[in-house]
Amino acid sequence: MSIFHDLIYDYTLRNVALGSAVLGIVSGVLGCFAVLRRQGLMGDALSHAALPGVCLAYMLTGSKTPVTLMLGAAAAGWIGMLIILQITRRTRIDPGSALGIILTVFFGLGVVLLTVIQKGNDANQAGLDKFLFGQAAALVESQVVTMAVIGGIALLIVTALYKEFKLLAFDAEFAGTLGLRTHALGTLLTGLLVVAIVIGLNTVGVILMSAMLVAPASAARQWTNSLSHMILYSALIGALSGLVGAVLSVVETGVPTGPVIVLCLAAAVIFSLLFGSAQGIAWDWVRRLKRRNGMKETTT
Amino acid sequence: MPAVYVRDLTVAYEEKPVLWDLDLDIPTASLTAIVGPNGAGKSTLIKTILGLVPAAAGTIRIFGEPYGRNRKAVGYVPQRGSVDWDFPTDALDVVMMGLYGKLGWIRRPSRRERDVALNCLEQVGMSDFAKRQISQLSGGQQQRVFLARALAQDARLYFMDEPFAGVDATTEIAIVGILKTLRDAGKTVVVVHHDLETVPDYFDRVALLNVKLIATGPIAEAFSRDNLQKTYGGKVAFLDR
Repeated sequence: MSIFHDLIYDYTLRNVALGSAVLGIVSGVLGCFAVLRRQGLMGDALSHAALPGVCLAYMLTGSKTPVTLMLGAAAAGWIGMLIILQITRRTRIDPGSALGIILTVFFGLGVVLLTVIQKGNDANQAGLDKFLFGQAAALVESQVVTMAVIGGIALLIVTALYKEFKLLAFDAEFAGTLGLRTHALGTLLTGLLVVAIVIGLNTVGVILMSAMLVAPASAARQWTNSLSHMILYSALIGALSGLVGAVLSVVETGVPTGPVIVLCLAAAVIFSLLFGSAQGIAWDWVRRLKRRNGMKETTT
Repeated sequence: MPAVYVRDLTVAYEEKPVLWDLDLDIPTASLTAIVGPNGAGKSTLIKTILGLVPAAAGTIRIFGEPYGRNRKAVGYVPQRGSVDWDFPTDALDVVMMGLYGKLGWIRRPSRRERDVALNCLEQVGMSDFAKRQISQLSGGQQQRVFLARALAQDARLYFMDEPFAGVDATTEIAIVGILKTLRDAGKTVVVVHHDLETVPDYFDRVALLNVKLIATGPIAEAFSRDNLQKTYGGKVAFLDR
């Protein structure tokens, strides 16, 4: 079992494993709230919106340190989020269209900036395009540490405000009558989604990042009817899929990490949809089959 | 001092008035039905009083104070259809949400809150369903859970948005019983109600609403054929009783 040995002692593999596990946990937890608030596509829009932030941060500072690029991504993601929320609250444009507009405009701008950067004769620029599909093999220790720290802060906030976030997701109107500032709380929760996205930039990339948010939560929902358990399972599924996908992409050289992780997530979702103990459809078939057989026995 | 005091209230969605220049007093320890045709602004009236919908003009007082300063005196039962019943939670957990306002930020519900919530479930006859996932409850049971959550708020004034919508006959009787118990205990209950026939049996007072307030007062005075004609515009066939 040399792979386990390498996970601990090989520098690259250890970073990949830790980084993708951190990402899986943070996005698994925050994804639950996004899915339950029917904001599954929000993650997609915001992750695409982060790309121009990465490019601008590099163009302005000339630096590729993880903190600089993450800050740029977060800023762009938050700006995208605020625009989406304002469009939804103040105009008659429906939320889906608002997401579509921001996703395409920001991503378009990001691709243009990326091209501009690559056309410039700047030897240092190489590698910014890995943010499109992610490249876990390029993770360095400082990135993993940064991811863990900001992810940890996001999880602390979720833990502290768990009861408020739960009420917001289930019954925002009732939360409002209790005096909770639902707009502010909703903005904070969506803002934390941006944090999860920023953590996933290196590993999964902006294009497929939303899978990291939506898939673990959807799979976890199939196994439980309790929110706290759903969050726990979602974090586990996210961490496992992230880890397996990232390690596979590193070992089987040359494949971008994002797509491999997405395939692992897809397997988890399909398995859960079929066999999940709370909502899995296989159990429905079994019950129906039993009932039919039962009827046959009584009629014959 | 009335439980609810409303003067010159006007509410508009996108320039279109939903409530127009409304004056309304609701006395304490009364059971009031708000009735009126679809689009009359019944839910909007409740939501405006609760600060969920902004008023274009007017004054609202709850026991003499703005709502923001008297939140803990008020309980709310939203329309059952306003939430996703597939949310991963059970009946007991939903009832405990009624205690979040008193708990304040960050603090988690403890054993004490759990016992209060269980007691409220018992009052609505739902003790056996405490641990049931909420999507597996019938419409009537879901409505009772919402009512139990409001009871957990231990308020002096309750607003309920169509608590009888889509419930079975047993639940309807149970809910009416709880409303009357609340009133007899000195609480004020305001209910958006659809079924005109049951108004005189279930309530002491009525507010007839159709964008403007047509009439309000004790059933014997306000719930007249004349006022109903004005509210519904001659479409009330059952009134020949």
